[in-house]
Order: sequence, then structure tokens, then C-alpha cells
Amino acid sequence: MTDIVLPARLKGVEMVQSIRTPARLDYEFTAGRANSRFLNELSDKRLTGQRCPSCSKVYIPPRGACPTCGVPTEEEVELADRGTVTTFCIVNVPFTGQKIDIPYVNALILLDNADLPIFHLIQEIPYSEVHMGMRVEAVWKPDAEIGPTLESIEYFRPSGEPDADPATYRDYV
Amino acid sequence: MAEGEILTAPVIIEYPFTRTTGPVIGAFFTALREGFIVGIKGADGRVLVPPFEYDPNTSEDLSEIVEVGTAGEVLTWAWIAEPIEGQPLDRPFGWALIRLDGADTGLLHAVDTGGDPSRMATGMRVKVQWADERVGHINDIACFIPEEAS
Repeated sequence: MTDIVLPARLKGVEMVQSIRTPARLDYEFTAGRANSRFLNELSDKRLTGQRCPSCSKVYIPPRGACPTCGVPTEEEVELADRGTVTTFCIVNVPFTGQKIDIPYVNALILLDNADLPIFHLIQEIPYSEVHMGMRVEAVWKPDAEIGPTLESIEYFRPSGEPDADPATYRDYV
Repeated sequence: MAEGEILTAPVIIEYPFTRTTGPVIGAFFTALREGFIVGIKGADGRVLVPPFEYDPNTSEDLSEIVEVGTAGEVLTWAWIAEPIEGQPLDRPFGWALIRLDGADTGLLHAVDTGGDPSRMATGMRVKVQWADERVGHINDIACFIPEEAS
């Protein structure tokens, strides 16, 4: 970089090295009809997806329409609170607002009979032992803390079942 | 659950960024803190305010920081009838590109006409209104005000 030529008034003055530029978005999120139903069902510890009438895929959380076929999804499908780890991430980076100690594992979990994996925490297993195809089950929070949020599930843990056949989840990785 | 109940929730996403300024942009903010304004001389001799690190036409490194005036001319403007949080003023104001005396480009900043859009005009003269406390930030300029108001 070329040497900077300063006007006399800036010579010998302590230079600004950095500026604070906080970014903030403050808004009201509206869940919509399909997602509101999904969230309200979570208050009763139920995981409810929607099936596409055209391709039969089951979406969870449901968005009220099939993104592939472009048709409304109205049939509600209750899903088990267990599934298969399709992919996962070991979080090693600390950041503001982090709620649990690193390292920990976030995973995409394909609930049984669903066609879209959900994102959740894996616990009760050393992070280094989490793997694709691992069978997991939900651990719900105490009843007093259950509400219309996916955080009503505290985390997923190994269910003890044998690993899933890769053929059952390879299209969802 | 009541059928048709639509859930809403407040969402706040916030990132506490700090950006390093480098010697060129750093000079601009340092000057603001000291109570004056600088630009940089471009490859064609034009004075660019705020200063660019690289020439916008030739991409070559620029290096000659020059002081410009603290008053100038409104090149163009847009009226903000309903200011939102985080903007420089909490009453209606104009965002304006202001060509300071001695500069060849426009600096974007707020012009306070006391909330009166009829006092805004292209070509009007404005002058800087410094913030009470200056720390080396664009907000060290609280706003610009019409020169006639002095």
C-alpha cells in the first residue's frame, strides 16, 4: 500500500483504527397457518407434518404448500418423536448467546415417515460418537416448560436401536 | 388450540460488528473526531469525499488526504417523512448528497430543516452541525443544517 500523505492537522494525532457498526433487525415474525398449527401441536408434545396430495411427501415443519408440486398441503400427519441422523455438525466455535458448552452436536434428524429433516441438538453421547444413520429419540422438557416451540424438545439422544440402513436416508442428506 | 390461531413472535437479530478502518477511512474518521472533514485526491485530481482507498476509475492506490470545507451544496435529496430508529434525526428530515466546498463528490448525510420539506432544495447551501461528543464516527456529524439558518 502506498504511504498515506496526511494534511498538517492530522499529523501527530492518534488515528482512529476501528469503528463500531452494530447491525440490528427488529421485527415481528408471523408463523402463518400451517406453521402455527405445527407449533401449537408441539404444546401437546405432538409433531405434526403435512402430506402433499400430489407427491405424497411429508413436510415438517409444514409450510402449507408443497415446494415441488406447488399445491396446498392439507392432510395432517402425526409423526413419531424419533428418527435418523442424516448429517451433523460438531460446533467448536464460541459465540455470543451460546447456551451450552462447546463442543456440542447439531444434527439434521429425519423423523420416521417424514420427507424433510428437522434441525436439533444431540446429547447424552460423546460428540465424537455421533454418526450418520444413528437412531435418535426426542427428550422433551418438563411439562411446565412445554410450549409452542421446537425447543419443547430439549434435545435428541441415541435410542439404542441399530443404525438405519443408508438406503432409508440417502435421499435426505 | 383455537382453530385458525396464528402465532407471532418478536424477533431481534443483532450483530456487534467492529470494523477496522485502515489508514484512509481511518483518516476520515479521525478528522471528524478532530472537528473537520477530509477527502482524498483521485487519479484525475478530483477530490473524493468520503475518501476512497482505490481510484474508482483506474483502481490505483490513492494516498493524498486533503481537507475540505464543512459546508457545501445539496446535489440531490430524498425526504424522510417518518424516520425510523437508528436514523440521525427523530423528526422528518432529508437524506442528501452534499458536495462540500473543495470536494467533487457527494457525501451522504441528513439535512435538518426543522421537519419542513419546503426548505429542502437541490442546490441549497448547508453546513455541518457537529455532535456534542465526537468519537471518530460518521455520527460525529449530527446532521447538516441550511446555511441561511446561521
